[in-house]
Amino acid sequence: MKLTKTLLATTALTVAAGMVSADGHMANEMTIVSWGGAYTASQKGAYHDPYSANTGVNIINDDSSAEAVAKLRAMNEAGNVTWDVVDVVAADAIRLCDEGLAMEIDPDTMLADAPDGTKASEDFGDLLVSDCFIPQIVYSTTFGYRTDLVGDTAPTTVCAVFDTEAYPGKRALEKRPINNMEWALLCDGVAKEAVYDVLGTEEGQNQALAKLDTIKDDVIWWSAGADTPQLLADGEVVMGSTYNGRLFAAIEEQKQPIAMLWDAQVFDLDGWIIPTGLSPERQARALDYIMFATDTQRLADQAQYISYGPARKSSAPLVGKHKDLGIDMAPHMPTDPNNAKNTFLYNYEFWADYRDDIDAKFQAWLAK
Amino acid sequence: MSALTENSTDNGVMMAADGTPLKRSLARALRRQKLRALMLIAPLLIFVLLTFIFPIGSMLFRSVENDIVANTLPETVAVLGRWDASKGELPDEEVYAAFVRDMVVAVEAKQHTRLGTRLNYESTGMSSMFRQSGRKMKKIDPETDGPFKEKLIDIHKGWGDIETWKTLQTHSGLYTSGYFLNAVDAQKTHEGFAWQPEEKQILLKLFWRTLVMSMVITGSCIALGYPIAWLLANVSARNANLLLILVLLPFWTSLLVRTSAWKVMLQQNGVINEVLVWIGLVPDAERLILINNQFGTIVAMTHILLPFMILPMYSVMQTIQPSYLRAAKSLGATNWTAFWRVYFPQSVPGIGAGSILVFILSIGYYITPEIVGGTKGVFISNRIAYHISSSLNWGLAAALGTILLIVVLALYWAYDRIVGIDNVKLG
Repeated sequence: MKLTKTLLATTALTVAAGMVSADGHMANEMTIVSWGGAYTASQKGAYHDPYSANTGVNIINDDSSAEAVAKLRAMNEAGNVTWDVVDVVAADAIRLCDEGLAMEIDPDTMLADAPDGTKASEDFGDLLVSDCFIPQIVYSTTFGYRTDLVGDTAPTTVCAVFDTEAYPGKRALEKRPINNMEWALLCDGVAKEAVYDVLGTEEGQNQALAKLDTIKDDVIWWSAGADTPQLLADGEVVMGSTYNGRLFAAIEEQKQPIAMLWDAQVFDLDGWIIPTGLSPERQARALDYIMFATDTQRLADQAQYISYGPARKSSAPLVGKHKDLGIDMAPHMPTDPNNAKNTFLYNYEFWADYRDDIDAKFQAWLAK
Repeated sequence: MSALTENSTDNGVMMAADGTPLKRSLARALRRQKLRALMLIAPLLIFVLLTFIFPIGSMLFRSVENDIVANTLPETVAVLGRWDASKGELPDEEVYAAFVRDMVVAVEAKQHTRLGTRLNYESTGMSSMFRQSGRKMKKIDPETDGPFKEKLIDIHKGWGDIETWKTLQTHSGLYTSGYFLNAVDAQKTHEGFAWQPEEKQILLKLFWRTLVMSMVITGSCIALGYPIAWLLANVSARNANLLLILVLLPFWTSLLVRTSAWKVMLQQNGVINEVLVWIGLVPDAERLILINNQFGTIVAMTHILLPFMILPMYSVMQTIQPSYLRAAKSLGATNWTAFWRVYFPQSVPGIGAGSILVFILSIGYYITPEIVGGTKGVFISNRIAYHISSSLNWGLAAALGTILLIVVLALYWAYDRIVGIDNVKLG
């Protein structure tokens, strides 16, 4: 009997302790979810540290953005949302908004105006692709190539990826249809404006896969953004797609013999959402953080650490030099006019519809 | 003697000292004991129940759950049930009016996009159709703005497509077999069962590949592990300890580190290829492709799972008396006959235990194939992970998981029938 009592008492204590610590979490902490690595470091430098210094709020970083949608859905079903602010790509923000897992944010009342008084909704402009999403940076998926492995004529267009005669060797492509299908069609003679119309048809999908088929044996498929810089550095591939910030780090910080191929880069957005189901005080604090972290100066500050373009128009002139390297950051931004001569914008609506369908075909094609 | 007679009643039942029948008294004491034992294991039981059985059960239940359609569009589902699709005509105004009433409520609660995502698994394009229509239907008043048929088709031409309504009707049940059909490359259509178009068939192939490659991995673990286990069991205790540490050392290293190490070894500019080129076995232009294919997965997983094979084998082999082998040889057996007829049969339980462990572990493996498997060396678990975390089609993921579970149980049952589970020993 004594033992049972002890067990009961311990159980009760454990539960109580759990509750106490849950309360402790409420006190003066917030959990911010992001991608980890250099990206979280840039946010820490530009947003977290100044915010903590101003308010005394302790910020806990959680590197779970890659599984954010699935985890938020699970948290929501369990009725226990432990995240306060979450950094996600725009496509995921749209899905979270669709599922009612992210709260709607009115840019004009909940975000800071630009220094000249321009309303936030105007300052962000078209980049407000969802009612729940505050964009933070513009990044792009683009190609890098080994300058010493491509021969005398460096590639200038994205179609070099499909030209194995002029540029023999392996290429690194992401193991998913998004972006690859667009590039394939573009290099198979489809006009840029017509790409999504064509890709919406069965023939168009087959056409894209047929084009990819011509280089299938020369491709190493990646699933983590760090793979391509590594493969390039090892000389495993001559060219490969990845996020432009990763290539910047390989070129400028690690001094690898790699160059950027900005042609047909695909713009995408990354930014904040606030989960639904937070207590009023946590929600208020999350909104306060968002207001601070997305103002004009803060967005420009982030570009000191990483080569992603700030999402506000008013931030662009404030972009300065890299914090450690001391080089001008503006020419390394995907949005710089020299780099943005030929670009795509990730088509959120199209891929929300076709993602599952085309992915099944793409994976079946890969397994063939 | 007299005490015993006193304690017995007329009909011969034994009594305990307090007057209750001995049988009942004993039963009570036993029950109390059992209860105490149960209390002792209660924390573990509750823990397992709460953190293991219950979540897995509810996850598996998602493979048939489909109440989202009927919950979001209750009126529509009710009236749409009476619609006869085979006539080839669009449903009449009644359905459209019910649909508008349901949608206005759903849009208010932000449920319509969720339903759109669900139906998009069945018919591509539903996701944007529900999102766009929802935005425009906010302005419609279901009381006064009828008739709605024209209006809806105006909002999105999909509402004028008979296939849309067929999809809704097909998937309006509270439970569905759709996810399980999807999991075997088929689909539930209005006409019933149909195979997916060939260019979308992949899952059966992956199931088959997972099984075959798991068997190959188990086989290579046996081939590599058996001699090591034999060595472990037959060298001096000091050397055996040293060897055992070598076997266990990789066990204590992170799985990701070991997998990434194989990447360094096997890639085209990796250690193995460099050495082969250096000694001139392979020309520089034709370096071997050892990774991002099935070979890479088999090598890396065999390495990772090897300890699970060696340890049970070793503990069984330790119990085999060396005198049996000596006896066989003294009776005239050759080395081979002595091993094959005397030693090997006694070591089979260890092989069985190791094989079950390795096979079941490898059938659900995810991270190693993802890193070194390229396109042809990935397993069904990689697809399950994709549907859990990327496509968010949890119903399909649950169906795939259930099938995998059933396959493992079936193989276990078959193993029990053929070899007998009693013959499996962990030591």
